[in-house]
Amino acid sequence: MVYLPLALLGGVLGLDVVSFPQAMVSRPLVAATLAGSLAGDSAGGLLVGATLELIALETLPFGASRYPEWGSAAVVGGVLYAGHEAHPGGALTIAVFGALATAWVGGWSMVQLRRANGRWAARHREEIEAGSRRAVMWLQLLGLTADLIRGAALTVCAYAVLKPIADACLALWPPDVHLARAVVVAVAASVTVGAAWNLFHAVRGARWVFVGGLVLGLIMLLES
Amino acid sequence: MSAIPSSPARTPLPRRTRIDVFLRLLAIQGSWNYESLSGNGVGFCIEPALRLLPGGKNTPVFNAALARESTYFNAHPYLASIAVGALARAELDGEPPERIIRFRNALCGPLGSVGDRLIWAGWLPFCSLVALAVFGLGGGVLVVLATFLGLYNLGHLWLRAWGLRTGWRLGLRVAPALTHPVFRSGPIYIGRLAAFATGFGLPLAVGRIIGPGRIYTGEVLVAVLAGAALIVRLHGRVEGWRLALVALAFFVLLSVVA
Repeated sequence: MVYLPLALLGGVLGLDVVSFPQAMVSRPLVAATLAGSLAGDSAGGLLVGATLELIALETLPFGASRYPEWGSAAVVGGVLYAGHEAHPGGALTIAVFGALATAWVGGWSMVQLRRANGRWAARHREEIEAGSRRAVMWLQLLGLTADLIRGAALTVCAYAVLKPIADACLALWPPDVHLARAVVVAVAASVTVGAAWNLFHAVRGARWVFVGGLVLGLIMLLES
Repeated sequence: MSAIPSSPARTPLPRRTRIDVFLRLLAIQGSWNYESLSGNGVGFCIEPALRLLPGGKNTPVFNAALARESTYFNAHPYLASIAVGALARAELDGEPPERIIRFRNALCGPLGSVGDRLIWAGWLPFCSLVALAVFGLGGGVLVVLATFLGLYNLGHLWLRAWGLRTGWRLGLRVAPALTHPVFRSGPIYIGRLAAFATGFGLPLAVGRIIGPGRIYTGEVLVAVLAGAALIVRLHGRVEGWRLALVALAFFVLLSVVA
């Protein structure tokens, strides 16, 4: 895996989370798939992305709240999974775990960036209060650039730290792929159902609509 | 929106300016911080329109307007387009500064709460769950990505463009636009659709992730019910994703050490 394309992808997708353009290419479903494609396994990336998306449904980017940064994190998860071509038992678990840990650090890094933006704005306060076009443009471009660098640095550092740990863990992991996948998907889906309940339980009729969808989904699952 | 009367006729924003403002709206949160929030971003977005003030840029009138527009502002990033359009109109119409400032402050709350309910708590999870359902039904990489990005950004880009156009058209009289049925009832309908997509898509997505043979599927569904009950019970105290991180860390340790 070459670090430069990884950094670029992580940077661009990290930027999409809040700064530009919030088109949700940073959602795990997309970001992990793109990372998987970069590593030559887009289907594997999609699998990690779907699992992470189940968890990410709980944390939506509400205003000033602190939330995990999924863009760069999903890139790390996608590449960790795609890096093990045979997808041994535990590969999905390790990839999702690595992405969650990166998302946690990513959330912290976004808070630091927001504080830095505040410090830079304070330094230019007089110019902004005087209506300086130059100061307004400079602050915006500085914030965007810093966010790009934040995402790129986070992705590369997280991958550099997690890749050897993932390799070491997978060398010791029992060969049962099914159990490992079952555990990770049970954890992820629990978060989804909990999040969906919290989001929609107050909407009139939503519970019954959910049950109707669930029955239909289970029938289709059993028949497929 | 046609029922809402426009402000007195004014020359439309030149196409080039409109595109400039629209593209900048995509980066409105580029310098987001805990002091002025999106304030500098609003100044950044509105700047191309302010160049149309008499005398162009860097005149005292331009500087005063840009300073006003670069102070504290908080809104949902997509719906901020309404504010940017309306404020650009107010500045170019030469409305009194005190009136513009009052209007600007009054917009913050509604544009934040309406956008959060409609987009973050409605449209985004809905699109995500639809894409997961497509994934569960066996959709390939391109189909799943196109479903999510196409559906989501149809709403996203339309909302930004509509907001800018509506804000510009209505100026300081833009408030009634926020009572549009899409904003009032949209979250309820989208919430129901998302609830259906959750119920329908989740078992299918789980089945696909578990893989061929679907070993442990029954156990997984029981575990999901128990885990979800725990997460709902702990709501407001511990976030589910943190619990997931701890649970997976424990499982990794158990698998590697045992």
